[in-house]
Amino acid sequence: MTFVRKHAVLLSLVVVLAIAPFLFYPVLVMKVLCFALFACAFNLLLGYTGLLSFGHAAYFGAGAYTTGYAMTAWATTPELGLLFGVVTAALLGAVFGGLAIRRQGIYFAMITLALAQMLYFFCLQAPFTGGEDGLQGVPRGKLFGLIDLGNDDVMYVFVSLVFLGGFWLIDRIIRSPFGQVLKSIRENEDRALSLGYDVDRYKLVAFVLSSALAGLAGATKTLTFGFATLTDVFWGTSGEVVLMTLVGGVGTVLGPVIGAVVIIVLQNELADKVGSWVLVILGAIFVVNVLLFRKGIVGEITARFNRT
Amino acid sequence: MSPDYILETRGLTREFSGFVAVKDVELKVRGGSIHGLIGPNGAGKTTMFNMLTKFLLPSSGSIIYRGSDITGERPARVARRGLVRSFQISSTFPHMTVLENVRIALQRKMGGSFQFWRSERALDHLHDSAIRILASVELADYANLNAVELPYGRKRALELATTLALEPELLLLDEPTQGVAHEDVGRVVALIKKFAQGRTVLMVEHNLSVVEDLCDKITVLQRGQVLAEGSYQEVSNNPQVLEAYVGVADE
Ligand SMILES: Nc1ncnc2c1ncn2[C@@H]1O[C@H](COP(=O)(O)OP(=O)(O)OP(=O)(O)O)[C@@H](O)[C@H]1O
Ligand SMILES: [Mg+2]
Repeated sequence: MTFVRKHAVLLSLVVVLAIAPFLFYPVLVMKVLCFALFACAFNLLLGYTGLLSFGHAAYFGAGAYTTGYAMTAWATTPELGLLFGVVTAALLGAVFGGLAIRRQGIYFAMITLALAQMLYFFCLQAPFTGGEDGLQGVPRGKLFGLIDLGNDDVMYVFVSLVFLGGFWLIDRIIRSPFGQVLKSIRENEDRALSLGYDVDRYKLVAFVLSSALAGLAGATKTLTFGFATLTDVFWGTSGEVVLMTLVGGVGTVLGPVIGAVVIIVLQNELADKVGSWVLVILGAIFVVNVLLFRKGIVGEITARFNRT
Repeated sequence: MSPDYILETRGLTREFSGFVAVKDVELKVRGGSIHGLIGPNGAGKTTMFNMLTKFLLPSSGSIIYRGSDITGERPARVARRGLVRSFQISSTFPHMTVLENVRIALQRKMGGSFQFWRSERALDHLHDSAIRILASVELADYANLNAVELPYGRKRALELATTLALEPELLLLDEPTQGVAHEDVGRVVALIKKFAQGRTVLMVEHNLSVVEDLCDKITVLQRGQVLAEGSYQEVSNNPQVLEAYVGVADE
């Protein structure tokens, strides 16, 4: 019983994921899952450490490209491809985070954005990223050399497991002794410092963890769709993940997941009907979000729930 | 330096774009004593604290703690050496519970705080000590409330409890009774007295009866410089000190 209560959120996600492919296109659900994981990784920084990284597509994209490259050029198995993407994203996070972490607030956000833009131009120019076209036709390969992920149903199970694993890990990090320190930094950085916590080092570790998980999300996306393109490292993608997190509820476990569902489904539904007006609609949602439901969908619901 | 001084500053100076907030201060704090740092508003007391705990770098001068020069050290390192401060404006972790506020201090002493893979149960064994510390400031009943929900005086008590949880060797208190209801001041004084057994305290305090009651030695700052030093008796009879305080009162 205590097990059920403690893992209630995770177990309900398992149930939802088991039913979802019968109600929606599995490929759409997989896309949602990749972005939901991305948003959860971002939320680890914004919601639980108080750091606004404005260029998080860099790590998503780094995972997407490097996994795509490993699968195509070296024909590795998918688990190794993913690992390569995650490690690259983590290393990139260590370098970029190391450069940005000493700055506060808006300066931190600007530096992360500038560094992400540098990566974007690198991906545009570099010989192995496919330039404007990106990497196309990335094979899914056989998991551990045994299980063929080419089948969409098998792939669906795989993506679900990756997502659940990432979601569980983030939840674990938040509650861990380390997560407590992150929370104290978010709440009152000077006080945490005065207690003897090396605030910058904790922030950096959080940044690397978040980058690695964002990389995992990007890498999984490449495997699912078979391509990695400039969109994955584009600033617009960085903006989307901010939006998903805010709409769903920053600093809530489930918020980024709900936010990803809302934004991806909207984009999917509207793309054919209104074309590039999608951007305007997303902008409008952002404005309404900031003006009317600051805490996001999940945040507002919990606040209401606690009041009654 | 004489070995019974735990903290010593030499020619400590801090300027803010031309304005000298602290000038050539030679402060000597004896181990095991309660040392008061007093002076009118803007005298540079908090600036001194900020330099001692490395929140501000001195423009010139040096800081010696237990015989080692800590002038260039980082704030977290100085805190881990046992030199811990509280803040003038009450400083808690607002959206963490009262218990978690104290526990985060206990956790730092225990170590292992980078362990992001461990379950929250790794912290359970700190629960009893946290409650005991909270009880000493009469906050045990509020353990599960968020710190933000406490009235101001209780927040100050929580901040003190959090600082004491680290069992610092040298405790720097910036106006611990400020904002504490009149009838609760005695309790704060008793707590500091109890804690100071076998430790050293350097405190900024405006309430002179508290200073008289607690402090073995007092340094008076005025406009960034040491005006007088000595016991409460000596300092309170010093005509310059009287003038400095009356001068302020006149404004
Ligand atoms: N960061 C800063 N930048 C510029 N000036 C500062 C800064 N910090 C302090 N000062 C100035 O230095 C002087 C000393 O300030 P400080 O806060 O140390 O005084 P204090 O003795 O603690 O006063 P109070 O009793 O009001 O707390 C003041 O004139 C203040 O305006
Ligand atoms: Mg002050």
